Amino acid sequence: MSDAITTDVVIIGAGPCGLFAVFELGLLDIRCHVVDILDRPGGQCAELYPEKPIYDIPALPVVTGAELTSRLLEQIKPFNPSFHFNHMVTGVKKLGEADFEVETDGGLTFRCKAVVIAAGGGSFQPKKPPIPGIDAYEGTSVFYSVKKMEALRGKDVLIVGGGDSALDWTLNLQPIARSLTLLHRRDDFRAAPDSVKKMRELVEAGKMQFRLGQVTGLKGADGVLSAATVKGNDGQSFDVACNAMLPFFGLTMKLGPVAEWGLNLHENLVPVDTEKFETSTEGIFAIGDINTYPGKLKLILSGFHEAALMAQKVFKLKNPGERLLFQYTTSSSNLQKKLGVS
Amino acid sequence: MAKITFIQHNGTEQTVEGLPGMSVMETAVKNMVPGIDADCGGACACATCHVYVEPEWVEKAGARNPMEEDMLDFAFDVRDNSRLSCQIKVSDALDGLRVKVPEKQF
Repeated sequence: MSDAITTDVVIIGAGPCGLFAVFELGLLDIRCHVVDILDRPGGQCAELYPEKPIYDIPALPVVTGAELTSRLLEQIKPFNPSFHFNHMVTGVKKLGEADFEVETDGGLTFRCKAVVIAAGGGSFQPKKPPIPGIDAYEGTSVFYSVKKMEALRGKDVLIVGGGDSALDWTLNLQPIARSLTLLHRRDDFRAAPDSVKKMRELVEAGKMQFRLGQVTGLKGADGVLSAATVKGNDGQSFDVACNAMLPFFGLTMKLGPVAEWGLNLHENLVPVDTEKFETSTEGIFAIGDINTYPGKLKLILSGFHEAALMAQKVFKLKNPGERLLFQYTTSSSNLQKKLGVS
Repeated sequence: MAKITFIQHNGTEQTVEGLPGMSVMETAVKNMVPGIDADCGGACACATCHVYVEPEWVEKAGARNPMEEDMLDFAFDVRDNSRLSCQIKVSDALDGLRVKVPEKQF
């Protein structure tokens, strides 16, 4: 195991609320590390609606998810947070007063004074198509992500889907697979046109197959796939021989490991008080869509407010006995110095 | 007001009142119809409000828009009568609309 990273706060989730928490904590000289399962900041704003306009952010009559994310990143730049993408926080343990251990599935360990759960709807995980019997092949013949390309060398690979993941992996795996079939429900793709063009060239050159249809069943034994049964768009069923299948149906939000951290969950949400947005465990906070309290509104602006109040309590945990002087960014030269504007 | 009937996979039917202008997804969520997950809250960004429009209503419910067609790539068991219910607006013309909820929004 790697050495633990010591910091003041670990923020779980790099969505708008997690990012703004960096700002509010930063103003109080509290250092943060931010962990997110996605490969980039923005959370739902990045994954679900990067190009869709949001109309209820104060003072921004209209802003897209991607724009909001980049503006928040600019706003928190002075505090230089450390990001850890492609990591899912798996464990949060309280070791003592203002002393937590946080672990990720990627092998990172943090020691921190407080934990802020800003995990929105939970962690984004690959969608698993409800094909009968698919569980038996998961991890042996059915993969929802490619961790090691080499594992697929020499295989008969079936890739299902028509998005960028499906097309990218088609192009990456075609040279090393024994055979490769791309299966999609229509002859249109929601992927980079260049990737689509390259895929069509490979099909024309006879180096791979493209079939239209949807998987309805799987054939094989002992976790080893031999074929996928496909219903073609003409209603006729056919088999595609394969010993590896990669379904790419996008991501879905699952609460994930939060349920195992000993917090008293209520309908998959984390109850908090409305003074500090602290959970049933002192030092663990929850802000944004993942928390609940009387009157809770799942709005980005609510999460921003929650971040500000949470930071006040974290200051007290980090600096016991010290009085926190309330200051405005408009007039405080101290705050302006931190923001690098004075 | 328009009556909308949601038919679950097991055959259970639930008829609720929809307000013109609202989406069929919002109508389902407001009435706690099971099986309409609507993860993204109506942004046509998740395909978890997938429904099958009953044949007699397919024409009235209208055609899929291009964004919806793209999103349906992320749904399972897409059929000719598949729609994302966040993209069907309730109107008086849809009074009596019947849609089937898939076994699982996955």
